[in-house]
Amino acid sequence: MTADRELRVSKISSGTVIDHITSGQALNVLAILGIDGTDGEVVSIGMNVPSDRLGTKDIVKVEGRELSQSELDVLSLIAPVATINIIRDYDVVEKHRVDRPTEVTGVLQCPNHNCITTEDEPVDSHFEVLDDGVRCVYCDTIIREDLAAHILV
Amino acid sequence: MRHDHVISAKQLTRGDIESVLDRASDIAADPGTYAGRHQGTLLGLLFFEPSTRTKMSFSAAIKRLGGDVVDMGPVDASSVKKGESLADTVRVIEGYADALVLRHPSEGSAKMAAEYVDVPLINAGDGAGQHPTQTLLDLYTIRENAGLDGLRIGIMGDLKYGRTVHSLAHALTNFETTQHFVSPETLALPRNVRYDLHEEGASVKEHTDLEHILPDLDVLYVTRIQRERFPDESEYRAVAGQYQIDAETLEAAADDLVVMHPLPRVDEIASDVDETEHARYFEQAHNGVPVRMALLDHLLEGDR
Ligand SMILES: [Zn+2]
Repeated sequence: MTADRELRVSKISSGTVIDHITSGQALNVLAILGIDGTDGEVVSIGMNVPSDRLGTKDIVKVEGRELSQSELDVLSLIAPVATINIIRDYDVVEKHRVDRPTEVTGVLQCPNHNCITTEDEPVDSHFEVLDDGVRCVYCDTIIREDLAAHILV
Repeated sequence: MRHDHVISAKQLTRGDIESVLDRASDIAADPGTYAGRHQGTLLGLLFFEPSTRTKMSFSAAIKRLGGDVVDMGPVDASSVKKGESLADTVRVIEGYADALVLRHPSEGSAKMAAEYVDVPLINAGDGAGQHPTQTLLDLYTIRENAGLDGLRIGIMGDLKYGRTVHSLAHALTNFETTQHFVSPETLALPRNVRYDLHEEGASVKEHTDLEHILPDLDVLYVTRIQRERFPDESEYRAVAGQYQIDAETLEAAADDLVVMHPLPRVDEIASDVDETEHARYFEQAHNGVPVRMALLDHLLEGDR
């Protein structure tokens, strides 16, 4: 675990550490989780950190907040091998992998400009997760490449 | 059939389709039995874009069942123009009617609208999305003229944007059919439709010209290639011209080939085809009434 030692991000007392994020996706991970720092939580980000397993990886630590499994599953769309550590009193009390969810709501924007979810209606975007992409349940549009570009901010 | 709403041809099982088509056959055979069956029923018509035919066909259907319509009228005369959301509009109008028919330019509009209402809602076209009652009348016409199982159908024209094509192709996967798609490469089936057909294990073949498969077809379903899909007039003419048929084209076809078209047509089927035994597109349009009567009768069954 040399990689983690090289990371100049202090240990957190309690919260969530999301490790093994695909390089370059840390900010998208935060966007998906709706974390932008305005709630006052301490957020640390490491990008392109050397990793034995991945070559390089990103890592995100969110202090004082335990993320739910369903929140984290959405991450699998852009960071399929991410690992989640829930920290209490400086100890890892739970360790999870992300699971691919069967659907995601309100996270991605439908790329079809003629889709009802892109209009001024009281409806959240809603995608069914396929083996190799996601599909809008309203208009059937499939997104296969670059899901991160479709994250709602 | 037990659906509160009819949003997409995809939701229809073989059993659903057959029960609507069987009832449509009954209605066509003996319309008198169904007259007055839904006395006092009001059908709310919400057409956010003009579609006179579809609207007339629904009006005729509910009136022949003894009911009547309440019509939102054109969008420029309604609250919608003042910026009211679709979700609000349908929640208001459901209070005036026993069922709703919605035509809207945005894909997914009918699905969303259905989430807000308790009365049955029928999608009469959502943008480039679905138009399930067109599909039912297409299936009815095919069943009456050629049968569904064992069918070899050619679907030709604008397969990329044509919503009738997408709905029909999907519905046909409920039957033992071979589907041949004939289009210019730029207007081939979109990937979501191809994905579905693949998922359903459908027998699908794609072609860029009609000639070599025409003799093998039972049904040829022609759709219009629109001018606006092409950057300029000359390219449009060159491409669209290859997907037009006339009586001479059909000499190579089987004698009992059935030619269909969702109408209106422009020049993709020459008028000399009208005089041949192949032409069934006017019959197809007329079938909209018994098929919509059958569907409404199913959906409103609990109200009788
Ligand atoms: Zn969509």
